[in-house]
Amino acid sequence: MTENLFELKKVSKSFVKAKETISIFEGLDMTIKAGDFIAIMGPSGSGKTTLLNLLGGVDQPTSGEIHFDGKRIDNLSENGLAAWRAANVGFIFQFYNLMPMLSAAKNVELPLLLTGLGRSRRKASVEAALKLVGLDDRAGHLPKEMSGGQQQRVAIARAIVSDPKLMLCDEPTGDLDRATADEILKMLQLLNREFGKTIVMVTHDPEAAKYAKKTLHLDKGEFVKEELMA
Amino acid sequence: MGSLISQINAVVAMNVKSLPQRAWMSAATVFAVAIVVAVLLAFLAMANGFQATVAGTGARDVAIAMRQGAQAEVNSVLMKEQVDLLSAGPGIAKNETGPIVSAELYVIVDGIKKASDTKANLPLRGLSEAGMKMRGDLKIIEGRMFQPGTNELIVGVGALKEFEGFELGRELTFARSRWTVVGVFSMDGKVAESELWADIGSVQSLFQRGNSFQTVRLKLDDPAALEQLKAYNEADPRLKLDIKSEADYFADQASGMSDLIMYLGWPLGIAMAFGALAGALNTMYTSVASRAREIATLRAIGFGGTAAFVGTLAESMVLALLGGLIGAIAAFLFFDGITASTLGGSFTQVVFSFKLSPALIWQAAVLALIIGFIGGVFPAWRAARLPVVVAFRAA
Ligand SMILES: Nc1ncnc2c1ncn2[C@@H]1O[C@H](COP(=O)(O)OP(=O)(O)O)[C@@H](O)[C@H]1O
Ligand SMILES: [Mg+2]
Repeated sequence: MTENLFELKKVSKSFVKAKETISIFEGLDMTIKAGDFIAIMGPSGSGKTTLLNLLGGVDQPTSGEIHFDGKRIDNLSENGLAAWRAANVGFIFQFYNLMPMLSAAKNVELPLLLTGLGRSRRKASVEAALKLVGLDDRAGHLPKEMSGGQQQRVAIARAIVSDPKLMLCDEPTGDLDRATADEILKMLQLLNREFGKTIVMVTHDPEAAKYAKKTLHLDKGEFVKEELMA
Repeated sequence: MGSLISQINAVVAMNVKSLPQRAWMSAATVFAVAIVVAVLLAFLAMANGFQATVAGTGARDVAIAMRQGAQAEVNSVLMKEQVDLLSAGPGIAKNETGPIVSAELYVIVDGIKKASDTKANLPLRGLSEAGMKMRGDLKIIEGRMFQPGTNELIVGVGALKEFEGFELGRELTFARSRWTVVGVFSMDGKVAESELWADIGSVQSLFQRGNSFQTVRLKLDDPAALEQLKAYNEADPRLKLDIKSEADYFADQASGMSDLIMYLGWPLGIAMAFGALAGALNTMYTSVASRAREIATLRAIGFGGTAAFVGTLAESMVLALLGGLIGAIAAFLFFDGITASTLGGSFTQVVFSFKLSPALIWQAAVLALIIGFIGGVFPAWRAARLPVVVAFRAA
């Protein structure tokens, strides 16, 4: 099974900043297979986050096409993209981005509020997701009552609770110590291997990249090297 | 649709729960709105109380006649002949002694206000037994009625409360003559409670008014009889007086003053509302800025811009409503029912109470909600338009 989940065709992206146009990508082609776990590395400013934003449908290309599961997403409306993200993407952020006033369980429940599931079904899904990340005993805790690693695990539970195919992670261990980072990365690996999640992870940490199946090196908006892991 | 409602519920709940993080700014907004509402309500309660005191005073079946163009009792002069001529007119109620009419004098005397220790004008009304009878609400609540032909007077409860030295038994000097307070009267909260009353004959002679009067009150057969009396008055060149029902007279007197209060109160309230609005806008823009990453994260997860919009607007409305509530409670505690006195239409003091009503509180609540709405809608728009990529930036 090597069907393509993503196809990027001649994708260009530029920003206009102080009347100057900064081009990040020019005619980038890329394919991502379903079930892959890709690490993207590269120097700061090379366009890693911009690429992740394009894949996640939170930003749109200046030109070119992005196909997901055979359907174009680059020309969707803002609401169309929001609905697409809700159905297909789980995001993991460097700084966890949990809602500080909500308990772990309430944070994990957020994506389910977009689904029309009833309260008891939502509760069951939240419990399952928290159990998977090993935090079923912390359901009632607020983010500030948890360590960074625990908060990132809550964020992972939030990303998978509605069972999306795709997980996009921007420096998911950038704010964590080595041991905690390894724990998180093992969890992502498990989600990829056991649950078939396609994962694209931006990182500057070569150790983190080792958990992926493949590492792409990005420089000045172009892929310069591809490494396959053992 | 169900999803939109649960999104909005979740976002509103989050905003409200995170209010304590922005406690000081939010409290400042609440306070500003509370002040606006309290000040506005103070003015409205004042206008309302004044209106109730003055406009409620007059009877429909009593006509009051004054010199043409006099506007108020104090400016009028009537001769005995005119009073007699008018009393012979049609539509006037009669008893065994003839038409029921009360020719009155209304002179200005000095009093010392207790609150400010300053001199202020006070009306002394000279009237006869017929005048008393015409005023059905009159009650002597202390002492007794004055004796005709003596230098005795009775004092209204309002005047007693607001002015120095009108207690029962006190001696006073007006027009270089001595007067004695022999009674205290009430009149169901009406304007006359701010007056002093004495015998018409005594006032005429001691104030050197000869046989002149200022106004005449005429008891009508019924309110409709006023038109007959007016026609009779117009037809006789010796009369040509201004005649109104007592109710209309007091309503006219009140409108000038309550207009003044209204035209001062609303502009002041609205000017202050602009200040509170600037504060609310600032608070809400700050709130959106401090929640930017949270809002963008929700958008990344798939929440719509509408939820972010409604959440911000709701926060602003909650703050404004809270301010409005506190302002209304403060106005109720501090202003409702307090007594004040002010210049009435005739340059004399009218004593009245501030009076809040549900309608006034509603008006102030609407003003608070307008502040909350305008203060929230622009920041809410910004929240809804926030780029989702903000979620990926460092804190
Ligand atoms: N919204 C934006 N407006 C203008 N320039 C941007 C914007 N986002 C990114 N850039 C620029 O694009 C380049 C690539 O940024 P980014 O994708 O964040 O790089 P990386 O994540 O690899 O460090 C940088 O030079 C950055 O300044
Ligand atoms: Mg980056």
